[in-house]
Amino acid sequence: MLRIASAAYALAIYAFIFLPVLVLVLYSFQGTLFPIPPFNGPSLRWYEAVLSDGRLTSGLGNSILVAALTSAIATILGFLSAWGFARFHFPASSLLRGLITLPLTVSYLIIGMGLLVFFTWLGLPKSLVAAGIGHIVINLPLCFAIIYSQMGDHQANIERAARDLGAADWQVLLQITAPMLWPALFASFFLSMTFSWDEFVIAFLLTRFDTTLPVEIWNMLRAGLNPKTNAVGSLVFVVSIVLAIIFELVAFRKQPK
Amino acid sequence: MNPLVKVENLVHVFGSARVLDGISLDILPASYTVLLGPSGSGKTTLLSILGGFLQPTAGRVLIKGQDCTAMPPAKRPTATVFQDYALFPHMSVGNNVAFGLRMKGVGKAERLAAAETMLGIVGLAQAFGKRPHQLSGGQRQRVALARALVVEPAVLLLDEPLGALDLKLRRQMQDELKAIQQRVGTAFVHVTHDQEEAMALADHVVVMNNGRIVDEGTPERVYSRPSTRFSATFMGESTILDGRILSDGKLDTVLGVFPATGQHPVGHRLNIAIRPEHFRFDPGAADACATVTDIVFQGSFKRVTATVDKSPEHPLVARLPADSAIRLGDRIVPSVEASRLIVLND
Repeated sequence: MLRIASAAYALAIYAFIFLPVLVLVLYSFQGTLFPIPPFNGPSLRWYEAVLSDGRLTSGLGNSILVAALTSAIATILGFLSAWGFARFHFPASSLLRGLITLPLTVSYLIIGMGLLVFFTWLGLPKSLVAAGIGHIVINLPLCFAIIYSQMGDHQANIERAARDLGAADWQVLLQITAPMLWPALFASFFLSMTFSWDEFVIAFLLTRFDTTLPVEIWNMLRAGLNPKTNAVGSLVFVVSIVLAIIFELVAFRKQPK
Repeated sequence: MNPLVKVENLVHVFGSARVLDGISLDILPASYTVLLGPSGSGKTTLLSILGGFLQPTAGRVLIKGQDCTAMPPAKRPTATVFQDYALFPHMSVGNNVAFGLRMKGVGKAERLAAAETMLGIVGLAQAFGKRPHQLSGGQRQRVALARALVVEPAVLLLDEPLGALDLKLRRQMQDELKAIQQRVGTAFVHVTHDQEEAMALADHVVVMNNGRIVDEGTPERVYSRPSTRFSATFMGESTILDGRILSDGKLDTVLGVFPATGQHPVGHRLNIAIRPEHFRFDPGAADACATVTDIVFQGSFKRVTATVDKSPEHPLVARLPADSAIRLGDRIVPSVEASRLIVLND
């Protein structure tokens, strides 16, 4: 009895989490104009419509570009700062380490508004570049935290050995430290991609004409319920899932000792 | 012979501790030097300074006559074998060994050939394409050795290189280390706290304690004629006795009066060391002056402790044959030949 009850409870929890997504994915295959019951698909009609909509496809392209570039930059910056904190002692390093992870706790809205004010003052127009900088701001602390957690003293000794054999600092970083930390670097890159990919608030505040996919979807939703939104939403969801799976595979892969 | 490495008056202060307190040392070309001492004696700190990983508070390190004190590790003619081996986990064994030559700009074919030759010298030619994690501890140790040797350093520094191996493997690697050193002719400086390892490997043993060199010389000399109380007890075992110079110039101890060596003023007190294998414990009756208090069977010998009636605070430790019939509580007459007494300097 108790087992049935707990199974039912677990089922209810998962239904609560995934039912909205399931409904969205299901109605993205709807055959008629309205995404309401009864379901009369499956049909790829709305996917066709999405892919022939210039604004959505350019939003898709922009999103991929912004996610890939900003994640790469955030990973590189996170790696360098983690290496600096792990290998060198300098005054107030624990305070500075706290500061670098602080943006994790600040809401995207605050970061977005702050950047908007700051960019206006600088004269930098709203653009994909501005939104990209915003994404680096939110993802750098994350990359730093992941990579820093993987840097140990054993690796410090390996770096010492490389230096002893004649490697300069940049050679140690490129040929020893980065390859040893590949899993952490990959993991932070893909996790940043996931966050950047469906980030809305900062992109909404900092872009104008060229914008990312979530902002385009929002624009579309303002015009009313449209089955295209279900199709594009499903696409976004699938990409997020793929990125998350890659992240998990890399981050929790069993490592040789 | 001119020393290859000359260490002059090294002092290293860490916080309030003087980790090194005035170390001066010469290392000869093609020699095998072992720095022997307990943990905290400063031996590893000295090795780190030789390797360039630490800057001494004061003093100089000269290698081939050149002042290297402030030279970074990459520029010095030294290479280090680390205690945890510190192999590059993402590279094959061959690329690990070739790494130093790659950093020197040696072409690919040439450096891989050199790596292969060096792996052959350490007896691991077949491991060229493997990854470090596929090798056993002893094999990793050899890869680390080959990786450091292939850059042809003037001095090879080894930081407790056998510390992570089990006893049997350690004794075997010990023999191989010595053989490899003789084959390549590089000067080795090896840090250990294992006195057997030190005796087996060294041409020159440097015994360290509390940041100072307390004794140095050939292992035979340091063992048979230790100059300080510390080296007499750390390198092998010794019984330490009090001695006093009598008015006739002879040396008075609890074991009797011996002819003294050297000139000492009357009444002067000194410390005497006796190695366990130099004691005789003869059964005695009325003339017996000591009692056997402990016997430990060690396989090839028995380690026997006896207490002298007159001074029970100085137990005598002897090494007797394994078939000796001695038993606990036996009354004995301990004796030692006068020539076996070692007069210590402290």
